[in-house]
Parts: sequence; structure tokens; C-alpha cells
Amino acid sequence: MRISIAALKPWPCMAKPRKPGAPPLTQGQTVWLAASACGVLVPLAPYLPLWLDALCAVAILWRGWLLWRRVPLPPRWLVNLMAVVGAIGVAIHFRTLLGKDPGVALLTLFLALKLFETRSARDAFAVVLLGFFLILSQFFYTQSMVTAVAMVATTLLVTTTLAVLQRSSTPPLQAVRLAGSMLLQALPFMLLLFLFFPRVSGPLWGLPADAYSGLSGLSDTMSPGSISRLSLSDAIAFRARFTEPPPDQVQLYWRGPVLTRYDGRSWRLGLSGLASEAAAQMAQPVDYEITLEPHNQPWLFALDHPSRLPPNAVLTKNFQVVAKRPVRSRLRYAMQSVLDAHVGRNESADALGEALQLPADFNPRARALAASLRAVSRNDAEVVARMLARFRKETFVYTLSPPLLGRDSVDEFLFDTRRGFCEHYASAFVFVMRAAGIPARVVTGYQGGEVNPVDGYLLVRQLDAHAWTEIWLPQRGWQRVDPTAEIAPNRVEQNLAAAIPQSDALPLMTRPELNWLRQLRYRWEAASNAWNQWVLGYDEQRQYALLRLLGIPSPDWRALGALTATAGGVLMLALTAWTLHQRRRADPLHALWQRFERKLAKRGLGRAMWEGPADYAARLVRALPRREAEIASICTIYQAARYGKLIESAVTRRQQLSELKRRIAAFTS
Amino acid sequence: MLGQYLNPEAMRQRFYLWALRSRPPEPVPIFFSQRRVYVLPTRAGLVFGLALIVMMLGAINYTLSLGHALVFLLAGLGIATILATFRNLVHLRVTTGRCEPVFAGEAACFGLILHNVRAAGRYDLRLHAGEGDWVHCDIPANASVAIKLPLPTQRRGWLELPRVTIETRWPLGLVRTWGYLQPALRCLVYPTPAHAAPPLPIGSGDHHGRHRQGRGSDDFAGLRRHQTGDALHHVAWKSAARQPDADLQTKYFAGENSEALWLDWAELPPTMDTETRLALLVHWALEAERAGLAWGLRLPQREFSPDRGDAHLHRCLETLALYGQA
Repeated sequence: MRISIAALKPWPCMAKPRKPGAPPLTQGQTVWLAASACGVLVPLAPYLPLWLDALCAVAILWRGWLLWRRVPLPPRWLVNLMAVVGAIGVAIHFRTLLGKDPGVALLTLFLALKLFETRSARDAFAVVLLGFFLILSQFFYTQSMVTAVAMVATTLLVTTTLAVLQRSSTPPLQAVRLAGSMLLQALPFMLLLFLFFPRVSGPLWGLPADAYSGLSGLSDTMSPGSISRLSLSDAIAFRARFTEPPPDQVQLYWRGPVLTRYDGRSWRLGLSGLASEAAAQMAQPVDYEITLEPHNQPWLFALDHPSRLPPNAVLTKNFQVVAKRPVRSRLRYAMQSVLDAHVGRNESADALGEALQLPADFNPRARALAASLRAVSRNDAEVVARMLARFRKETFVYTLSPPLLGRDSVDEFLFDTRRGFCEHYASAFVFVMRAAGIPARVVTGYQGGEVNPVDGYLLVRQLDAHAWTEIWLPQRGWQRVDPTAEIAPNRVEQNLAAAIPQSDALPLMTRPELNWLRQLRYRWEAASNAWNQWVLGYDEQRQYALLRLLGIPSPDWRALGALTATAGGVLMLALTAWTLHQRRRADPLHALWQRFERKLAKRGLGRAMWEGPADYAARLVRALPRREAEIASICTIYQAARYGKLIESAVTRRQQLSELKRRIAAFTS
Repeated sequence: MLGQYLNPEAMRQRFYLWALRSRPPEPVPIFFSQRRVYVLPTRAGLVFGLALIVMMLGAINYTLSLGHALVFLLAGLGIATILATFRNLVHLRVTTGRCEPVFAGEAACFGLILHNVRAAGRYDLRLHAGEGDWVHCDIPANASVAIKLPLPTQRRGWLELPRVTIETRWPLGLVRTWGYLQPALRCLVYPTPAHAAPPLPIGSGDHHGRHRQGRGSDDFAGLRRHQTGDALHHVAWKSAARQPDADLQTKYFAGENSEALWLDWAELPPTMDTETRLALLVHWALEAERAGLAWGLRLPQREFSPDRGDAHLHRCLETLALYGQA
């Protein structure tokens, strides 16, 4: 013990203030926070109002500037004022504060402003949590593979920030590595939970009205221009997978909304009601599975004519498959159709009456044409044939950009412009048929599709949207007639690009000369499809299928829960064991020496705490004189390995260790 | 009986006894086996869990498959952080270090040595004992770190190290892992030196009746504060001229026949209470040591013959610290 005059001064202890977590944030921590906010907000920017993007950018830059110049934070009232003004801005922009989009906008605003209020670790933790919420909210808008990669990157960034908040002295690279290794350890748990955690199909509560804004597809009305507008989009409407090779292109009529009511301009859905008969099985049915992109409408698409329906869907009188609620998330369903079925032979008078209805004072020239056709024909079939022949023989042009039409649109199209897209032909044809007394209706949907050679799925895009017609003939029922096929046979036999003149603007990818680009896109779309099918479309059904594959005969949520808990527990135990095991591998030399000590401790010759190896060896030799040589050699090797000069080569070191190991193993007490 | 058993304080004591896995004080080295390391979420961890539940509901409601993936990834992160935090503390080995004596009122610093016997470092370990402050430390891989654990002192005598809490929230602060330890470690607390003390009793009373004025004038031995009655020619005028504001100093001399300074319990006024006497004696002992004098200490039962040096000072101060204590 030594005490000197210096004893009068208090001892210099490396003590810190009592409350941990109270210290203000360091500059490094604040930089990480700002970087996190940036990383979270950038992927969201395209979906936010432009003014909010600008505000967030200004906030982050301003915060960075304050940090750079070490200027103190603005007063709290100013930040609060900005929050109130921003919230009012959001309310004005969206006309509400409730719902998905305003909610995300508000969270964004708060995240940006919270950067000015990070005085303590607790504030900073709030930023981190907001960050995680905003990463999630990004999925409202997109869930592509790119988004998933971005999610992993942002999660890494935010987790690193959390680690730096906990220990500010962690160097950046080490912090990233730490967060990365934590996320890697989290990965098996994520996979396990993703595969086996019992899925609940949403929604749990009513969704705000704006939840599905921005989904596109066929609508329940058709007016000139409505389908040609869709034809400019190469977005995928749905994918189909056939159990056998897909039918010919000309048979691929994907039936959608059937429009029977005409008001002189637009075609609308007709009477509703359920069908009394499914398609008669005249021929071999075709089995296929459709993965439908969400379009916020209840109808499902099926080949003409559906013979077996998926659960939760019904067949209307118009042979249209309708789901119980609008399709708001990607939906997968199995279908069966009969391609050349005869349906509707015993159609009710109501339905036939509706299929003859026409507004009174429209299109006089078309009515006159109908009357003249009727006059020269012996039966209904001949009227149809003459009308189609008229389309074929006269100079009608199939084009994506038809001229605008006036009040008597059918007249103007048939006799003046003669340029139109499928909806013009279908509309005009049905009008003339009805005027001639033949029940007829417009069927909208998609026609054709292309097989992706990479994964074999048939892709049907919005640009495959089509309108055709059905006429009703006694004894034969409803018959499909596609007037477009008369003018542009390529449209039906090949695709849109083949049918449209080169001068028309077409989506880039559909142009035939860009073959290599198309190949690239096939690959990308096959990957997206796999992603959609197996990651985004992973649901209860797929879970059960997986469980059946694992040998559980009748899977339910209980089986899933039990499996999750068991596997999670095993995983946890394995990781814990690994954690505890690491100690032994730390220093082989120390482990060997301890083994030696344990052997001797059994005979009451354990090493005392203060004894070095030399003293210990001397005592051992005194206690066990006959083992002197063994004890001396073991101690000498140990001392050489522990305290000797650093051994140059790893080989010698290993030899030394194995020698020591051998001798200690041979040492029997 | 049962009421006594269920009394919160008694329950807490029983918990700590159970948590320590042995009756305090524990023998060193103390090894934190997994049985004596506890893990619970922190407040931040609970909020994180709550946020995950809310996110999960959102993901289900909007059928966000990637939302499920994110929530599951973060849940996995939560589990991984439990393990990492646990691993940061478990298998830590603690031995005791030095514990220098202090004066009452100062912080006692208990030395603990934390040994990390594995290939990964341990970070942001925090320790505290009783009323003391938190001490933070990192231990690199295969290394030992000595820390000083501060504890405020009030009374002289031995201060036993109370139960020490060691905890860590590294790496993410969502989980707290902690353990208790109570090694046998005590700190000697000297009495607080008196603040306003009379000058050293040089030349004052010699109750043995010898050498009343036994100071030779041969060798200059040091300076002390001027007292009325000191010879004027012994006043250190030069030093007074250098520091006009300071008190006058008197030179004193140690000769062959000069007698050493005695700090004597019995010479203090009889009305003075024990603690004041001790404080005064400590003050004088330090002053004498600072002046480089040889000094002796005379207590009712013990006597230390005049000497100087740290060992002598410590012996005397220890006796004063423990005066009247068993």
C-alpha cells in the first residue's frame, strides 16, 4: 500500500454520469440518423406529393448544414410550427388526413422534422422506428424485386444507425459489419417465419377508399377509344399457365365484362343474374391457372367458355366469371374451359330482349343498312355473313388512332371515317345486328397473349385488350363473331404489332425489330413472375401445399403454428449453443493447460491462483517425484508456447500444440 | 411469519442471494455462467416489439407479402440481438484488483479486472455499485481490462464493496443483459482531515516533562505557520517578502538533541469528541508529512514512534481510521 500527498486529491475515476442514455447525441450519431432518413425517404419520393419531396430534401440538407457548421438546432416552437403547417398542407393536398397516402405523407413529414429534435437517444430511437415504418409503407406502392433489394439495403442502414446510437465510438465500417452480421443471423428466422408463420388473408378491417387507386384494366363500360387507350400499355394483365400446351392463338379469347346496354355512345353491363348452366362438355376441356394482377374490379378472366369455376367465384347469365369482391391483390385461380362450347340455346326471353334493345334516334344510316341486309338475306346467318363481308370488302382500316366521332358514331364510322380499333368494329357490328333483329352483345376481354419461352407462362398484357361480339341464333345459341378478324386477321392470328400499320405508335417492346430487347424482357418477366408466384403470392394455400410436401397430411394453422414454434426453438437453441461454444475454441493452448490442471486437481493438486506454471511445476514435482520428467516436459512446452519468443511459422506452432496435447493426454494421474 | 417472508425487501434480498448463486462475498475469480446472466427487453425493446405488431397488422391488412418479410426480418433481428447481448456478457471472468485507501467524503475506487477469454471483443459493459456512478468499458478479444468502480464514502473504517451490477445493452439497445457480483473487496476509508485546524503542535506540551524547548538550532528542518511566541529571529522573513499575502512562517530546526514531533491524543482538549480528535490528528499527520518532519503518533492504547514516509503515514492513518472499531 502506498499513499502519498496526492491522496488528498480525489482519485481520477473514469466515471460517467449516473443515468445511462442521457448524454446528447454525438455528431457521428446525427450523421447516421440523417443518412437513415435519406435512405428511407428516397425510395418513397416518387409516390409522395412533389412539394413534400422538396420539403424533406430541404429539411435534410438544412440539418446537414447545421451539423457541418455546428450551429445549434432551431427552437422547438419553430419545428412544431413547421409540423403543423406541413400537416395542413397534407390535409389540403389529399383533402383528408385519414387513409393510406396522407398517412404515409404525414409519417414522412414527421421523420424529416424529427431530425431537428434529436436531442437525446430516445428522440433518435423514434427516428429509427419511423424509418422502419416508412420502409414498410413503401410496399403500398411497389413490391418488386428491386424494392426488396432496396428494403434490405435500407434496413441495413437503419440497423447500423441503431448500433451507432447504442455505442457512438463504433467506427462506421465496423458498425456496418455488426449490423450486417445481426441481419444475417436474423435471416434464418425470417425464412422460417415467412414459410411457416400462419398467414391470415386480409383485410382485417375496412380499407380506406384510396387503398387501390391507380390500378388499371378493363372497365365496365366501353366507348370509342377506351380499349385503344389500354393498348398503349404493355403492363401485364394476367399470366396463364396451361397444364398442356396452350391452345392456338386464335382460340385465346379471354372473356371479361359482357356489355349489353347501349345508350348511343357507351356500352354498359346488362342485367345481372346467375347462369343456370355451365358450358356443355362438347370437347376436351382445357385446364389452366391464372395469376391475375389486381385491377380493382370483381371480374375474373377465363377462356370462352368456362366449365369449372374457382371457389369464391360465380358464373353470371352472360357466362362471365365474377369474384365475390374486387380483385385488389394478385390473385391466383385454377380454371377449366371448353373452347368450342355451345351455350345459351335456351336463352330466356328477358336476355334476348335486352340483346335487341337500341336507343331510338341514333345512327339512321346504320339502321337503313340493317334493313337492306335483312331484305336480301334468307336467314339470320346470312345477315351476319353479309355484314362481315362488307367489312372485308370495303376499305376499313384497323388503327390505334382513329379519328374522333360525333353523335351518330356508328354511322360516321361505317360510312365516313372507316378507321377504327376493335371497339369501333364490335360496337358497329352489334348495332347493325340488333337493328336487323338479331340478338347481339359486345364482349370485352383480352385476345391472345405471348408465351414467355423462359418459364413457359403465357403473358397477357393490357395491350391485348380486345372487344368482340356474340350473336344469338336459334338452335345454335350464342356464337362468337369477331369483326376485327375480318379487317385485320393478323390481330387475332398473331398480335397487335402485326396488325397495326408501322406508322402507328406502338409500345417500344412490341416492335418486332427489337428482338434482343424482347429476349431480355422475357427473362426479366420470368424472374418477376417467379417472384410474384413464390414470394408475393405465397399464401395460405402455398403454405399448406408446402406442409403436405413435408409429410403433414392435413395441414391447418395449428400445424403451422406448432412447426414455427418448434423450428424457432431449435434454431434459437442452436444459436445459443454456438454462442456458448465459442469460448472453448478461443485459445487452444489455454484449454490444454486447463485440461492438465483438471487432471491434477482430481488428486488434490490443483493450481493455486497465484501460481505461475514454473512454481506449479516445482510443487507438482515435489508431490509426485516419479513423474518428474513428464511434468517438466509439459510445463516446458507450455511455457515456451505461452511466453517464449513468437514462433515464426504456424506449422511449428501447430506442432508445438499437438505435442503438448499428446503429452497431456498421455499424462494419467 | 409469512408476512415477513413476503415483505418486499426480504424478497429482494432472497432474489439477490439466489441471483448471486452463492453467499456474498463470493470467491474470485467470478465466472458469469449462463445461469447467472439475465436477459430482459429494455423499454426501447418493448416499443420495438409493439411497432412490429402494428407493422404486422398493416402487412396483413394490405396483403403486403414484402411487409411480412420485413416484419419477420426485424423479428429475427430482435432474436439475434437477444443472443448478441447475452453473448456480450456471458462467460465473462472477473477478478479483484487494488483498492487504494481514500479519505471519507471522497469516492472509494474499487478495482475490478474483467477478463475476456475468447476471440470476440465485448463492448459497452456498464458497471455500478450501490450509490456509485456507472462505469463504461470495452474489452478487446483475449484481453483484460482493469476498471475502478467509484463509490461515495461517508464514514471512516472499512467499506465493503456492495453488490455490483454489471449490464450491457450492446449492440442495439433493445435488450438488457445483466448479472450481479459481490467479490470480497474492501476499501479503507481514512477520517476526513480537519478543515480549520491549529498549526502543528511543534514545541507545544511535552507531558513527559523532558526537553521543554528541545529544539536545537543546528539544522534547518522546515517551515511551519507562525505562532505567537515564536522567536522573531526564526521568522522566515524572506519567504514572507516573496509572498506578502501568505501567513507568516517560522523556521524550525532539528538538531542532534532535537526531539521529534509527537501528535498526541491526550494533549488535545478533553472536551473534544473522538471524531474531531481523529480529524485533527489526520490533518496534522498529513501536514507533518508534507513538511518532511519525523513525527510520532500517540493514541490511548497505541503509540507509533516518530518516523516519516508513506508506510509510516499509512500505518498511522489506518489506525486512526479503525480507531474504536473492532
